Amino acid sequence: MSAGDGSGVLLDVRGVTLQYKTREHLVTATYRVDFQVHQADRFVLLGPSGCGKSTLLKAVGGYLTPVEGEIRLHGEAIRRPGPDRMMVFQEFDQLLPWKTVKENVTFALKSSGLLSGRAAEERAAHYIEKVGLTTFADAFPHTLSGGMKQRVAIARGMAMEPAILLMDEPFAALDALTRRKMQEELLQLWDETRFTVLFVTHSIPEAVTIGNRILLLSPHPGQVKAELNSLPPGDGNPAARQALEDRVHRMLFTDQVEEAHVRPAGRAS
Amino acid sequence: MSRPIQLVLRPERTGTPVAQDAFGVVAQPLTLGERAWNNGGLRKTLLLILLALLWEGYARWVNNPLLVPTFSATLQAFWEGISSGVLPGRTAYSVRVLLMGYSAGIALAALLTACAVSTRIGTDLLETLSSMFNPLPAIALLPLALLWFGLGNPSLMFVMVHSVLWPVALNTHSGFRAVSNTLRMVGQNCGLSGAGYIFKILIPAAFPSILTGLKIGWAFAWRTLIAAELVFGVSSGQGGLGWFIYENKNQLEVPSVFAGLFCVILIGLAVENLVFRNIELRTVRRWGMQT
Repeated sequence: MSAGDGSGVLLDVRGVTLQYKTREHLVTATYRVDFQVHQADRFVLLGPSGCGKSTLLKAVGGYLTPVEGEIRLHGEAIRRPGPDRMMVFQEFDQLLPWKTVKENVTFALKSSGLLSGRAAEERAAHYIEKVGLTTFADAFPHTLSGGMKQRVAIARGMAMEPAILLMDEPFAALDALTRRKMQEELLQLWDETRFTVLFVTHSIPEAVTIGNRILLLSPHPGQVKAELNSLPPGDGNPAARQALEDRVHRMLFTDQVEEAHVRPAGRAS
Repeated sequence: MSRPIQLVLRPERTGTPVAQDAFGVVAQPLTLGERAWNNGGLRKTLLLILLALLWEGYARWVNNPLLVPTFSATLQAFWEGISSGVLPGRTAYSVRVLLMGYSAGIALAALLTACAVSTRIGTDLLETLSSMFNPLPAIALLPLALLWFGLGNPSLMFVMVHSVLWPVALNTHSGFRAVSNTLRMVGQNCGLSGAGYIFKILIPAAFPSILTGLKIGWAFAWRTLIAAELVFGVSSGQGGLGWFIYENKNQLEVPSVFAGLFCVILIGLAVENLVFRNIELRTVRRWGMQT
């Protein structure tokens, strides 16, 4: 366990402004965002669509360079995508269709030069077993359900044992029942291996379930609204949970709440 | 004013699902006839037999072997051509030239696509060139080829490269462009770049389009070759299938003309159904990228 600059900070995001170009506009996605992710954090970026949370995650992934500020991992600035920050995407097509489940996992290990031969196979088999897909190890991705594909993507990410796992709304395209199951499984995996994860979502209940720390972002452009502590995992207290969800909801939608005061008929969300 | 419709309150209920082994039929095998009809090869063979019968019937009805020889006469001429060794020799010659032209065309297409993928000006170049030359029939270049390279293989190669290059390059390029952004990011995430990225991510992901390009290129090369040989097939005392057809037409050996055409068709069918079909089954179909 290497702990950044001694303070336990693993990922340090400081004053990051991100911009990207569309065909007609230069869009500012986030404006001077700061946050620190510590070892073994389940850090959630939460906000409505358009708050730049996915763009922020892509910048941590190294696909995008900030125009202002810097992102440091283990004290070193991030310049390009790399296997120390494995990403799990929302899309089901993130698996290579021409490789089986096992090959998808070993592909990442081999092409990054991390492991080769038997060692890669064993590591892959271990993580495929962790996500409960051992019987499907030789299946091609197109024969799997959406939830299973996401499990493979998670296994691929975890098998690399990255410094930080980046998850971009990985469960957003799943049905509600599968989604809940996957959230529970992710928490269980975290319990076993204590990996660090940066998780993007736009669902308040998901943020409260998954995260131990939640960063709230405001939209257009994304700015930090608050950084909250979540509940301990498996906390059975529904009242505390409801209170936290309400608090987050209020913070995210303050503008609308004020509007509602002016026009009593209006209701946020 | 009528009362709003009231909901009917019903008692709740629970069910006990029956165990799976209690069912009589869960999956039943299809009958032999149904399975035979599901076999594409068998259906196509039936069609071919039907077409051959139609041909035979029509030729007998016309009863003019100089214009339309019967299917059986064609088969006989084909068999004679094979047993005398003329037809296999001509076919081998054609196929050899064809493979040379085809591979040269593919190599050039790969080069052009590589330029197009790596730079923007390369993309412009490919788009401009292919929109200029793709509609140009290869045969139209033949007089020019004759002038430049004279009678013989270099001219054949020139027109074949022209007919292979553009469809293969266009399809490969559009395949590369259609590779999803997520897959590209996954490749970079795994630490791939340069040649590894192209060979391990871009080419397999674009393989359905590449394969289509290769198929079209093959068909274009084949028809260009036969047409070109018809015009000036003989060179260094040897000719290919096109020349075989032309020669026999001059000698009014019409069944042999048909036998030559038959041979062209057979090779086309064989390459499509044996080579490309097997590549397809082992790759894009297996991977679920094409149904």
